[in-house]
Order: sequence, then structure tokens, then C-alpha cells
Amino acid sequence: MSLEGKNLSFAYRRQGRVLEKLSLTLEPGERVGLTGASGRGKTTLCRLLAGYERPDRGEVLLDGRPLGRWRGLCPVQMIWQHPETAVDPLLRLRDTLSEAGGVEAGLLEALHIQPGWLDRYPAELSGGELQRFCIARALTPGVRYLLCDEMTAMLDPITQAQIWKLLLEQAEGRRLGLLIVSHDSSLLQRLCTRVQTL
Amino acid sequence: MNGFNRRRAALCLLVLTLGLLCAVTAAGTLLAGQAMVTDFTRKNLPPCVPFLFGTDWMGRDMLSRTLTGLSLSIRIGLLTAAVSAGIALLVGACSALLGGWVDGALSWFVDLVMGIPHILLVILISLAFGKGFAGVVAGVALSHWTSLARVVRGEVLQVRAMPYVQVAEKLGLSRWAILRRHLLPHLLPQFLTGLVLLFPHAILHEASVTFLGFGLPPEQPAIGVILSESMGYLTTGKWWLAVFPGLSLVGVVVLFALLADQLRRLLDPASVHE
Repeated sequence: MSLEGKNLSFAYRRQGRVLEKLSLTLEPGERVGLTGASGRGKTTLCRLLAGYERPDRGEVLLDGRPLGRWRGLCPVQMIWQHPETAVDPLLRLRDTLSEAGGVEAGLLEALHIQPGWLDRYPAELSGGELQRFCIARALTPGVRYLLCDEMTAMLDPITQAQIWKLLLEQAEGRRLGLLIVSHDSSLLQRLCTRVQTL
Repeated sequence: MNGFNRRRAALCLLVLTLGLLCAVTAAGTLLAGQAMVTDFTRKNLPPCVPFLFGTDWMGRDMLSRTLTGLSLSIRIGLLTAAVSAGIALLVGACSALLGGWVDGALSWFVDLVMGIPHILLVILISLAFGKGFAGVVAGVALSHWTSLARVVRGEVLQVRAMPYVQVAEKLGLSRWAILRRHLLPHLLPQFLTGLVLLFPHAILHEASVTFLGFGLPPEQPAIGVILSESMGYLTTGKWWLAVFPGLSLVGVVVLFALLADQLRRLLDPASVHE
């Protein structure tokens, strides 16, 4: 019962492999940190594990089954580094959230999302405010693994602390597996059960 | 806050241009009978109070002829633009959504049609369809869809690759829901603007093929017919036969271009706060 990446290799072009025979396993309730210099394939690994890209070689298994075979809501959700591209600019945020099948009010409050924001368009909110919506959307019931790609890099330290506290509570309560990508080694030290360097 | 902002100005201009175009169409339809009346007691009159646009060598009122011609042009423009836009939507969406060899074949076909000069293609198709109303409509409709098809294809490809569409897929939304919620709202402004911008093209090409004699029959008071007939009388100093119908045609084309511009401004979400 885990999310496994087995011998993953991936290249965006014919030459210049980004990932070479990389393996990574994420158990429920585990918090794995992922760090490494820019361009080493941290985001690419997240995209592979979340099923946005297919690996050239190797496979991504969820509970022993290939991830590509899951239909409907994918139990592995990724939180993108740039929230402004991850929400439809023509939809009010209420409609964006409804795609995740509705989010409970307590979660919105915990993420400090003001009720008035729900009726705004993405262009009327800041990056940090949008990221909270992306987190709320990714925490929909049925999700078991969250891949957080530089999720709080654009937030101020206090908000960062609030969001990580909430996420750790959620992860604990629902036994979520977290993959946390960051350049901030002290953040990873604080949050993760183990850290892997690419 | 609720002052006269640019959005509201755009809306007013939109309604105004639309009203003007409707008025021209209605007037032309009502005056269709009068446009054919000949009266040799009043032939070759220069512009004066009862005949604002003058009269021709058969004593026909040029104002009602011009209006009737314009209304015919507008109706042809509407029909051809709608058909053209339909073809463009179909080809563009198929090209982008099916991909692979279908995309290759359709893109090649678009390039092929684009490679032939417009006017030549319109003349050939119009001739093949037996000239007249059907010929002009077929000719213009079958030759003007290419650039809009490219726009539609590009837009669909771009939106489909956006992270929010990929996220929606991962959240388990069906293909249909993604099409309706994400693709269509992004496509609509581009499509509508492209559709309205097709009108001026269609109208001008209709007038040109008719002028060249491959379009509407000579008994119909179309702008192209009026202009081509006036050529024989220009050298005798009857300037009003060509100047007023020509200027009105340009006026209608400008109105349509203005309409498309205002429409784009109203539909563009980035201009919400203007």
C-alpha cells in the first residue's frame, strides 16, 4: 500500500536525460523531503509521480497497480509551484473549488480563505492567496498522496508556518503521504521523516 | 465606480454599430422595389435634395439602389461568415483534439487553401456553383475559413496544455466537463471576434467577384454590379454613380470592424477593470 516510482528515466528531448533510473517510495503517513539544485528534475519527478507525464522507462505504481489505470479522482495530487497557472482565469474560485467536489468550510477557515474571495476571479487575488485555494482543492476526500512542489516559496514566513501546521495535522489525521520539494533545508528538517537529495 | 468607463463606452458603441447595420439592412429591404424603378424624365441627375445620391442613366434613385445593394451584401456576409466560421470551428477543433495524422492532414489542407489567392479561389468556386447568389455564397464561404481554423486550433492546443486543465483531469472531471468548463469559455471570445471579422472580408470579396462579373447577376442592385456599371459613365463626369456606393461599402466594412473590436474588448476578461 504505497506510491512507488521504480527505475524512472525521463527526458524532455532526445538528449539530456533529466532523470536516470530513479526509485522512490512513499508510504501512507510518511513525509519525504526532496531537495537538489535547480534543474535536477525535482518538478519532473513530481509530474511523473502524479501521472502528468509518462516515464520513458520504469513505472509508477499505486498499491501495486500502474497509476495510469486509475479512473476518476486521482489519489495522488500535485500542488503546483505557480498557482496562477493552476486555476482557470475565467472561472470564479468557487467554481474552481467545486471541481474537487466541494470543500468543507472548516478547511477554508483553517487556510485563512475569506468567504468574499470565493466570488472573485483569479486575477483579483495574489499568488499566495491562490495557492491556498490550490491546497484546499488538493485536500479533497479521496486524496492519499500530496506532492508539494515548492508550495510555500511565495508565502511570507507566518503564513508558511500556518499552512504547514494545517497540512501536517491533515496528513496525520488522514495518514496522507507527503512529498515535499524545497530548497529550504531547515524547513525540510522540521517537516520530514526523511530527506532525499536529487 | 459606476462612471462612464471604457467597457460601458464599448457596449454603447457596440449597440450603435449593430443598430446602424440593422437599419441599413431594413431600409435596403424596404426600398428594394424603388431601386428598380426607371424614370427617364429624371435621368443623370447629380446629387440634389430629392435624390441625395443622384440618379443614373435610367433615372433610378442611387440612394435606394445603394441601400438595397448594401443590405444584400450584409445578408450575404452574414450567411458566408456563419458557414465559414462553422467550417473553421470544425476543422480547427478536430485538428487540435484528434492530433496525429488527422492534425497533419488538416493543417496541410489549410495551408493549401491559404496558398491559393483568395480572389482566384472565390471566382473558381463561384463559377463551379453556377454564379449567382449560391455561387457567391459558396465561393466566399469555402475560401475564408482558413485563418480562423488556425486560430481555433492554436487556442485549443494552448488551453489543453494549461496546468488547470491537467489538474481538472486529475480531479476526475470528464472530457465533456473539461470541454464545457475550460475549453469553450476560452475559445468563445476568439471565435466570435474572428466570426465578426469575417464579415468585412466576405462583403468586400462578394463585391469584387460581382464587379469582375463572376458573381451576382446584373439585374440585381448589388454594390459590385453598381460599381462595375458606373465604370462606363465615370469618364463622362458622372462621379456620383461610383463615389457614394463605394464610400457606403467602405462605411459598412468599417462598422463591422468596429463591431468586432468592441466585442473583443467586452469579452476579454483582462479588460474587466477598464
